[in-house]
Amino acid sequence: MRAIRPKTRSHAREHIVTIDNDSAPRIMFYGENFMCEDLPVGTRVIYPKRPMTGVANPKAAIRYALNHPEDSDPLHAMLQPGMKVTIAVDDISMPLPIMRAPDVRQLVLEIVCEMLADHGVDDVHIVIALGLHRRMHDWEIKRMVGEKVWNEYWPDRLYNHDGCDPDGMVVLGKTPHGELVEMNRRVAESDLTIYVNLNFVPMNGGNKSMAVGLCGYESLKAHHTPKSIVQSNSFMDPPKSYLSHSFKRQGDLVEQTLKVFHIETVLNNRCFDGPLSFLMKNEDDFTESDRLKFQAMKWTLDKLPFAARREIFMRQPAAYELIGCYAGAVDPTHERTLAKQNEQNCVEVDGPADILLMGIPYISPYNVNSKALNPLLVQVMALGYFYHMYRNQPILRDGGVLILTHPCSDKFDPVHHPSYIEFFNRVLTETTDSYTIEQKYQDELAYNPSYIEMYRRGNAYHGAHPCFMWYWGQRGREKTSRVIVVGADNATVPAIMGWETAGSIAEAIAMARGTMGRSAQITMLHHPPYMISDVM
Amino acid sequence: MHPQPKYKNSAAFYDVDGTLIKINIVHTFAYYASRHASLATSARRTVKTALSIPMFWAADKLSRKWFNEIFYRSYEGASEDRLVVLAEELFEDVVKPNIYPRARDLIEESRRAGCRQVLLSGALDFTMRPLARYLGVDDLIANQLEFVDSYATGKLKKPFVAGATKADIMRSYAKQHGIDLGESWAYSDSFSDYAMLAVVGHPTACNPDFRLRSMARSYDWPVLDLDEAPDRSAARRPQGLAPVRRLRTGKAD
Repeated sequence: MRAIRPKTRSHAREHIVTIDNDSAPRIMFYGENFMCEDLPVGTRVIYPKRPMTGVANPKAAIRYALNHPEDSDPLHAMLQPGMKVTIAVDDISMPLPIMRAPDVRQLVLEIVCEMLADHGVDDVHIVIALGLHRRMHDWEIKRMVGEKVWNEYWPDRLYNHDGCDPDGMVVLGKTPHGELVEMNRRVAESDLTIYVNLNFVPMNGGNKSMAVGLCGYESLKAHHTPKSIVQSNSFMDPPKSYLSHSFKRQGDLVEQTLKVFHIETVLNNRCFDGPLSFLMKNEDDFTESDRLKFQAMKWTLDKLPFAARREIFMRQPAAYELIGCYAGAVDPTHERTLAKQNEQNCVEVDGPADILLMGIPYISPYNVNSKALNPLLVQVMALGYFYHMYRNQPILRDGGVLILTHPCSDKFDPVHHPSYIEFFNRVLTETTDSYTIEQKYQDELAYNPSYIEMYRRGNAYHGAHPCFMWYWGQRGREKTSRVIVVGADNATVPAIMGWETAGSIAEAIAMARGTMGRSAQITMLHHPPYMISDVM
Repeated sequence: MHPQPKYKNSAAFYDVDGTLIKINIVHTFAYYASRHASLATSARRTVKTALSIPMFWAADKLSRKWFNEIFYRSYEGASEDRLVVLAEELFEDVVKPNIYPRARDLIEESRRAGCRQVLLSGALDFTMRPLARYLGVDDLIANQLEFVDSYATGKLKKPFVAGATKADIMRSYAKQHGIDLGESWAYSDSFSDYAMLAVVGHPTACNPDFRLRSMARSYDWPVLDLDEAPDRSAARRPQGLAPVRRLRTGKAD
């Protein structure tokens, strides 16, 4: 890595860097490794904002939120001795990577459980609101809720939601748009449900918590469709998200039927700290020590086998800190949550890019503690989440070219993602059209008894989950003219997904310029941590 | 609550030994050998069975057909009444405690999806009947011993339910019951059941041996572990994390 001269930038615009002749090469995630590449002069690199300072006393902040809720009585005022209460908690899919212990959910649960006990509420169950995600392993739950809650509640009163349990689910009704609303029976029969949310991206939390976290397949398929993704501009911008509108309709029905107290927490974006803190920095600001650390890490990663590299990354919990906690009725609470989250994550950007460059890291919401980021999840990270990380207008103009870096290995976790294997190798090789998949294959995978068994009693994602993952990328697929993957270790996997391959960033940019012209505006998103581009 | 079954003309075919239960036909025979009226005969037959195990193992590795011929010869001279009566005890004492924890759940899910449930086993039919009743399956297809004057000859009636013949039997069954094999499931633990798995649209390896596991990976077949009870997922725990202990039992998960 070349020596780098320090630059002076205004604090307000420090998250945008334009590459010039003596700029340092940029570091991009490349699965369980990195790429370090020189980018063309004029390339715009967008960095996340600096982490906001965490609240000084997280427990006090949580207690304050419970006692000063939004548009609701304080939690203690809603409690009566002998009542039946269910606490629903977000699953392990967020935050990414997992946060350093104690998890913020543990802090909230300990306070809430203590309050319930103080008010003579003994009939309390804690349900992991995983929707159609995989059941969390016992050791994952223990780590998330902490020793105290674990010892008191596991396993009879602390368990995973089961969206396919015919006896454990009830129908609450239908929305005016005809969307079925199913609900976990225990929740539906409780006098009060307390939802403990960890809000990491704007599409999560709010009405989605109850409507998706505790539903079943019949309910979920109302909005997890290619149409709702295509009509969401973007799904990370709730007011413009068709998906959010559907969650809202289902959530309204839930609110009318059940008594729910929402607790939402917001984290800062301190993804890496300690020896890895240089990954949060602009490469132009690297010190000699940072450069040495990066080179040593890259050298080591290059030498290690895949499984060891993955283990190293998975063993690095993030140093996230609580920056906000809000509670009360769903909509006003979520509004405050989103405002705080946007304060941390939104960066202003002038105009969209013609060519968008992004590194795909080793992790996604759906492969925590899995054996690999499988190709379908690479797709959902690129064309789903990262493509949609914008407000106002897309960060990549319609018809633009997306360049991503990932090995795209043909690796799947057979325990967590069994139906993904069939989907990728059978369904996608027959058709990549989301609408055909929805009509022809989705129910088949959803009702496959082997996959249902694996979801209910193993640790597998629901059979239909890979279909949803493919739909997640539908808008990105429709709006981009080309997707070029750099560093793929095979040509087959990218080809199945309709992607082209290039050997280097320079080659990919040359290919992209062939479509977008020599003067095409190139932008690189420098994540993780992720940021949301406010494109003006 | 649950939608109407999606699969109208589908069946789920289960191999039994090693797939739904942890034991095999040698355990069954050992049980019969040890339950003789005379203590001396019981001891003699038990020892003889134990000494034959290497031969059975070798025969099974070479050919399932040879194995059947050699193994079922051990039943020669057994009375039909005794075999049938002891089958109920065999089920209660040996088979039932060795049913895989998630076997009944799998069958229940499959039934809910609308599939016809069929046990397809190389074991003897009278030993499988109590299990079939217990699991509530629709049909049982298993090997049958030949009896003359109510005494076993030590030979099996044809066709032998093993290897490629299982696939033939499934085809005939499908034809007879209007089943679409392309929309059906097969579950087995053994590479020797490759034909049975390959004939359906949804093959699933259950608790597979090494060869079948490798094949399942190559062919993208799902792999189910019916032996792993829910919430007992120690194998996935990253090294260094303390084992989770159950409060009541004190056993490591």
